[in-house]
Amino acid sequence: MAGTAALALDETARSVRRAEIAAELLTFLPRDSVLTEPEELRPFECDGLSVYRRLPMLAVLPDRVEDVQRIVRAAAGQGVPVVARGAGTGLSGGALPLEDGLLLSLAKFNRILELDPDRRLARVEPGVRNLAISEAADPHGLYYAPDPSSQIACSIGGNVAENSGGLHCLKYGLTVHNVLEVKVVDVAGRLLTLGGEALDTPGYDLLALITGSEGMLGVIVEVTVRLLPKPETARVLLAAFDDLGRAGDAVANVMASGIIPAGLEMMDRPAIRATEDFAHCGYPTDAAAILLCEVDGTEAEATAQVEEVRGVLERSGASEVRVAHDEAERARFWLGRKSAFPAVGRISPDYYCIDGTIPRKRLAEVLQRMRQLSAEYGLDVANVFHAGDGNLHPLILFDANRPGEIERTEEFGGRILEICIEVGGTVTGEHGVGVEKLDQMCVQFPAHELEQFHAIKRAWDPRGLLNPGKAVPTLQRCAEFGAMHVHQGNLPFPELERY
Amino acid sequence: MADQTEVIRDRVRAAFESDTPLCIEGGGTKRFLGRAPAGEPLKVGEHRGVVNHAPSELVLTVRAGTPVADTQAALAEHGQWLAFDPPRHEEASTIGGVVACALSGPARPWTGAVRDFVLGTRIVNGRGDVLSFGGEVMKNVAGYDVSRLMAGALGTLGVLLEVSFRLLPRPAWDRTRVLELTAGEAIRRLTEWARAPLPILGACHDGERLHVRLAGAEASVAEAAERIGGEPGDGSLWESLRDHRHPFFANAEDGPPVWRLSVPAHAPPVDLPGSVLIDWGGAQRWVRSDAPGPELRAAAETAGGHATCFRGGDRDEPFHPLAEGLDDLHARLKCAFDPRRILNPGRLYPDL
Ligand SMILES: Cc1cc2nc3c(=O)[nH]c(=O)nc-3n(C[C@H](O)[C@H](O)[C@H](O)COP(=O)(O)OP(=O)(O)OC[C@H]3O[C@@H](n4cnc5c(N)ncnc54)[C@H](O)[C@@H]3O)c2cc1C
Repeated sequence: MAGTAALALDETARSVRRAEIAAELLTFLPRDSVLTEPEELRPFECDGLSVYRRLPMLAVLPDRVEDVQRIVRAAAGQGVPVVARGAGTGLSGGALPLEDGLLLSLAKFNRILELDPDRRLARVEPGVRNLAISEAADPHGLYYAPDPSSQIACSIGGNVAENSGGLHCLKYGLTVHNVLEVKVVDVAGRLLTLGGEALDTPGYDLLALITGSEGMLGVIVEVTVRLLPKPETARVLLAAFDDLGRAGDAVANVMASGIIPAGLEMMDRPAIRATEDFAHCGYPTDAAAILLCEVDGTEAEATAQVEEVRGVLERSGASEVRVAHDEAERARFWLGRKSAFPAVGRISPDYYCIDGTIPRKRLAEVLQRMRQLSAEYGLDVANVFHAGDGNLHPLILFDANRPGEIERTEEFGGRILEICIEVGGTVTGEHGVGVEKLDQMCVQFPAHELEQFHAIKRAWDPRGLLNPGKAVPTLQRCAEFGAMHVHQGNLPFPELERY
Repeated sequence: MADQTEVIRDRVRAAFESDTPLCIEGGGTKRFLGRAPAGEPLKVGEHRGVVNHAPSELVLTVRAGTPVADTQAALAEHGQWLAFDPPRHEEASTIGGVVACALSGPARPWTGAVRDFVLGTRIVNGRGDVLSFGGEVMKNVAGYDVSRLMAGALGTLGVLLEVSFRLLPRPAWDRTRVLELTAGEAIRRLTEWARAPLPILGACHDGERLHVRLAGAEASVAEAAERIGGEPGDGSLWESLRDHRHPFFANAEDGPPVWRLSVPAHAPPVDLPGSVLIDWGGAQRWVRSDAPGPELRAAAETAGGHATCFRGGDRDEPFHPLAEGLDDLHARLKCAFDPRRILNPGRLYPDL
């Protein structure tokens, strides 16, 4: 509990603090880069998980690395915590401001600094949008592989901070597999280079450690990504199933067949119906589930794989298997999947996206248990997810205006995550812990592991000034939540105070 | 096949209590690597065996003392492999050793490094706590990625007990082509080929010839062979290269030391006295040279990378010095895992 025990300031004290830090920042930043008025701060009050909202004490929008260094030094000097923010599309409250903290927006860092097709890399500022990299690489026949569904909006800095995945990470890996180098500003304001253009660097693999660290270890100010040559061709199959269990088993069968599809996605009936009403892409609305499976490679390779996958899907009991015959049909197959979130947003006032990962072979069982919970809580669930990686995204449909429904939804979501842990999975596959899954972290990790995480945090940030309170719960919190693992009747760390 | 978790944990706890440095040993086949080992031996080679292999899940969990050779054989039966292609310098080489040293075979630029395939680990930290991170699922961002951090830490952050890996199906077809080219021309061609989606799985220049390994579906391998040209080559090269049985690596103890330069693949040939073998499509350059360390380090830095004195030669500073700012961060991380510096102290850098 990396020293964030400071109590919230009262409004007067906060105003004084705000004025002090703003004055210091204005010695080197222009007026319009330092925001202090509530109406200016409003756009930063939440990320994509909008049930949590809070205004920061102030927001700063620099556009030079030296200024980030000075801002961090100034904040640290005054003991003001810093929350980094990319595009604010995060789904776990990672970029949720602190009321006595400085919100550091990287949005102005939106330049592609270098794109070299021969070295197959792009060096970009952290605020560059994920899709913008692939767009810039496209004329060279190259692309940046990780493609989160939010790719038109989310920033590469946010992707590194969350180790984001996407539809194609089944074959091409997550952010961690596709980043060569990251420059970070540490809490002392120093600029550190992690990784490099060579395939490894001396010492510890700090590039791996910073990836997925949710803004807790340093502020990412530059990212060099690896670009891949675009596959010659991509083909997609759509398989319908009358039974959710069979669809789940089909996923395991495809993965066991010796082919690594470029993407393997699943949608259940509520998701299919919502999508079809919205996007009209010709999905079979009577199916219990559909799978979308993309294979890619050379013409010859893709053709052979389409036939193999078709065979596996048929043998797994698909009621229908379609193969997209041309680019237009392929785009139509994917259109539904890509518009699934907004489509679900249309049929329900609110939805809550859960993000657990499980071993693929437990898919059918977990989906079944989710159905039971759905009945128990009286809340509908639509499933659209990265089935090939076992990464579930149940969308719980609810209405925030109905009293008690948010709480029921959160409880239901928590139960789903606990099932994920129970079957050997994890509470977050790609959206991060943020503030959202702190309690479930207590279930997933025993105290010694949590303490090791805190020790890592302290090694980077001894006073706990970078995004404090996110990603790793304090042991006190876990004790309160009642999920502390107790071994042989002994609480770990008995010397720590509990309340 | 015994589970030695408790024995190992108790040894580390006792060492923590008594401030006794430990020298972690799996198969004992990599004593040559890093700074000279010191401390009481902690043998972990008995802690071996497959904990879980789920072929349909493409996941393998093994105890760290499991020999690499056994693991490779077991996976081959299912048409699968650890696609970073772990080197097996000797039969006794263990999985724990390969992960701790972050050793990847000739396929690394195309398939990924050790750390890219690590999904989870179980370790004992320097306090004697048994800790689990990650797991057996493909995507997992709960907490910091401690598992990948273990790859290459040379045991200085924790004793590896178990490692979970993501597996891949072995490519169905595997062919080698040989082209008579200079090193400079080889690098130029490789750079050009890298821009196309070719099924390359290895590329090595031995001083006179460029060997290219193509692997994948039969049709695309044939197509690619046509495109790159050359003559059919000998596929056994890749294993001898991976396991350092290739003549280039002979007599490491008495001959000139074996240096490893990790540089951007496109970097031009390095100009150093001695012989050079280019692997990883240009990104890993093995150099047999009696040139002084600083000269090799300078050459690697000029090329944009770093140099390791891999085998033989001076053992005071085998690894490239850390950049300013990273050195004290390393020391603080070491302290976070191993506050009394009992795990392989000094093996990686004097202060760690
Ligand atoms: C509709 C929708 C679909 C989505 N689909 C996917 C998907 O398919 N796969 C997936 O993985 N995610 C998905 N996401 C989640 C989200 O888009 C990703 O987590 C994304 O990487 C967040 O990027 P961001 O720039 O918006 O980061 P933010 O939300 O601004 O920040 C996220 C976290 O990163 C930290 N951070 C941001 N920038 C920096 C920086 N420069 N330095 C240090 N820390 C930083 C923040 O402090 C915070 O903890 C989706 C979100 C939405 C809304």
